[in-house]
Amino acid sequence: MLRHIMTAVLLAVVALGAAQAHAVQPDEILDDPALEARARELSAGLRCLVCQNQSIDDSDAPLAKDLRVLVRERLKAGDSNDEIMDFVVSRYGDFVLLKPPFTPHTWLLWFATPLLFLAAAGGIFYAYRRRSRAAAIPQALTESEQEHLTRLLDPDTPETGTPESGGKS
Amino acid sequence: MIAETGHYALILALGVAIVQMVLPILGTRLNDPRLAAVSIPAAQAQFLLICIAFGALTAAYVTSDFSVLNVWQNSHSAKPMLYKISGVWGNHEGSMVLWVLILALFGAAVATFGSNLPRQLQANVLAVQGSIAVAFLLFIVIASNPFLRVNPAPFDGQGLNPVLQDPALAFHPPFLYAGYVGFSMAFSFAVAALIDGRIDAAWARWVRPWTLAAWMCLTLGIAMGSWWAYYELGWGGFWFWDPVENASFMPWLAGTALLHSALVMEKRDALKVWTVLLAIITFSLSLMGTFLVRSGVLTSVHAFAVDPERGVFILGIMAVFIGGSFALFAWRAPLLSQGGLFAPISREGSLVLNNLLLTVACAAVFVGTLYPLALESITGEKISVGAPFFNMTFVPLVVPLLIAVPFGPLLAWKRGDLLAAAQRLTAAAVICLVTIIAVLAVNRSGPWLAPLGIGLGLWLICGAATELATRSKLFDVSWSETWRRLRNLPRASYGTALAHAGVGVMVIGLVSTTAWRIERIEALAPGGKVDIAGYELVFQGVEERQGPNYRELAGQFAVTRGGAPVTTLTPSKRAFAVEKSATTEAGIHNSWRGDLYVVLGDPLKDGAYSVRVYFNPMVRLIWIGALIMFFGGGVSLSDRRLRVGAPKRAKARRVAVAAVSK
Repeated sequence: MLRHIMTAVLLAVVALGAAQAHAVQPDEILDDPALEARARELSAGLRCLVCQNQSIDDSDAPLAKDLRVLVRERLKAGDSNDEIMDFVVSRYGDFVLLKPPFTPHTWLLWFATPLLFLAAAGGIFYAYRRRSRAAAIPQALTESEQEHLTRLLDPDTPETGTPESGGKS
Repeated sequence: MIAETGHYALILALGVAIVQMVLPILGTRLNDPRLAAVSIPAAQAQFLLICIAFGALTAAYVTSDFSVLNVWQNSHSAKPMLYKISGVWGNHEGSMVLWVLILALFGAAVATFGSNLPRQLQANVLAVQGSIAVAFLLFIVIASNPFLRVNPAPFDGQGLNPVLQDPALAFHPPFLYAGYVGFSMAFSFAVAALIDGRIDAAWARWVRPWTLAAWMCLTLGIAMGSWWAYYELGWGGFWFWDPVENASFMPWLAGTALLHSALVMEKRDALKVWTVLLAIITFSLSLMGTFLVRSGVLTSVHAFAVDPERGVFILGIMAVFIGGSFALFAWRAPLLSQGGLFAPISREGSLVLNNLLLTVACAAVFVGTLYPLALESITGEKISVGAPFFNMTFVPLVVPLLIAVPFGPLLAWKRGDLLAAAQRLTAAAVICLVTIIAVLAVNRSGPWLAPLGIGLGLWLICGAATELATRSKLFDVSWSETWRRLRNLPRASYGTALAHAGVGVMVIGLVSTTAWRIERIEALAPGGKVDIAGYELVFQGVEERQGPNYRELAGQFAVTRGGAPVTTLTPSKRAFAVEKSATTEAGIHNSWRGDLYVVLGDPLKDGAYSVRVYFNPMVRLIWIGALIMFFGGGVSLSDRRLRVGAPKRAKARRVAVAAVSK
């Protein structure tokens, strides 16, 4: 008897602080495998509202269980996937969708990455063009370079340390 | 007394850090080498003082001194010693002390081993490091003091969150912080270069080892966190695109880009301005990671601090360092000269592509992580950004990157030959195609993209092997010559090949476990059976057990395969009385095919239990891949150490190698 009480206490404590995910319970699973597969697919896209970026499929919070059961009830009633998602969103708002909807408020979210990619690629292209053009334009010699050249060209003072011979040593 | 010593040492460290921040800069401005040289003993003294503080806090934890508020809040006398020690950084205050300890360690390393750095650069780098230390030490002393006392001292502590009482998680924060803080070296070098208005290839040679070391630590830290999530959270998930995970992933992506761009700078003296900017971005993301996790902006198990005062303080630190460094960059970057030219198809070009894709991928994670926070604070509207968003934005950037990886090392610097590189990769491509077809033929279940993913992983591994084969002229010269060449290849080449192959191994693990995992959810009474992936599990009932600071309910599952006994798995639910919470311990059997993963759920009617059994094919490759990447970084680092600093003559280096190998 004492043993059973201990077990009950233990289980109560376990249930109290159950922050870990246990997700779908055996009794929730639908008999029809096709419907169950659809339920799992829908669940993976719905957020457990009290969790940190967890889907209701991964969470064992009571609220997640309620939602899972709700999704399955609607499936059994013959709703389509879109109808179910619309129904859940109408009750809980866009927050419940792990894939944010495409609305004016999320345009920036969805377009930011592709736009940034295009901008960065364009920037690289522009920088490359500018630099290769800059490299193609011959620069005027500086005074010291001009002086060096004059000395090189002057037959009276032959210069030995040319860059070519210097590089080989 | 010990706690007060620690407190005192912390305040002294703050004073020393102020000296370290101010005097070296003055010295370099006033051209006074003696003043600049103060940076060296200051950095060393700061490290010693923070060691004392950290030691004092650890001592308080080890001896369970509950008169210290922090110990009372986060420890318990019945806790195993490992978790008493890891409890030091398992809370907000202690983790900030660990943060500055690692910061000071890096600073002291530059002071002690940086004798071949130009004096002025060293002084400036240490001054910038000092300024970061000042900011965080101020934060600790003012808003997060771990040494506060309680009077009268409570009889026993409140315990540590049981979720954190786990070996992988005990060492997850030190590695993560070593990564975050390690990037401060790249940041300090970048800011020092901007202050100087001068930068050259030697700068990159200096920055790369530090960045590589930080990157290795971060790789391991993230892998540990994901490994922990896999076995502890109870359904075999390993990555959730949780904001806290993203906070560590963003510096990793930027740091990976930095490693590659610093390579271009070191070898070809190009991409200087970009490398400096990337160094600043990488550390800014590390600071942001600290802010996101520490400020309580995100509420999750990681966010110990829900005190807005602290959040505002860290936000201030962030604003000063990120804003300041970007302003400095805008002002001084035009002074940095541009380096060597290169054709689009070249080693440099491939590394630019790497940087483009990695930084945009990092931006995708950034937008996905911060957009909901920004939207909520502006409009009050709450949205969720979960895995589907990242799969649609992040993955399309990473897949082309991974396809391109094997080409990079086969292209020559300045001007490469794409066709020749492609020809060298023919064998690798054939192996991948054959594998893809074989996987398609054998395994018809799962998404049709999955075999292609396996092929991609194999492509990376074969590409890495091709690089080594090309460098050793395999089949072009005699076997002995190839062997001689292989032995003489620089370790950095092996490091590159290993790291790239590690990514491939990880991709195979990710794809196969995502595409082909099997799941059974059953209500099992004792004697009940589950068949999965060729295994048969028989539930033999539950048993109560007493752990050091918890009681657990353990299920017994006899596992057989084709009638032959394999193992007995005991998944359990642990109840921690002191902390009044519970954890789930999965029972995992590992084989080369994959993991058999059993979780004991809640009791149902008639003595039955809800039991879930998973088979996760090849899931371990994810972490084995991360380990290979870590190891590759280490191999590369062991090469770099010999080459760091002033260029030595080949002869002198050979002598040095001989001396080291003895």
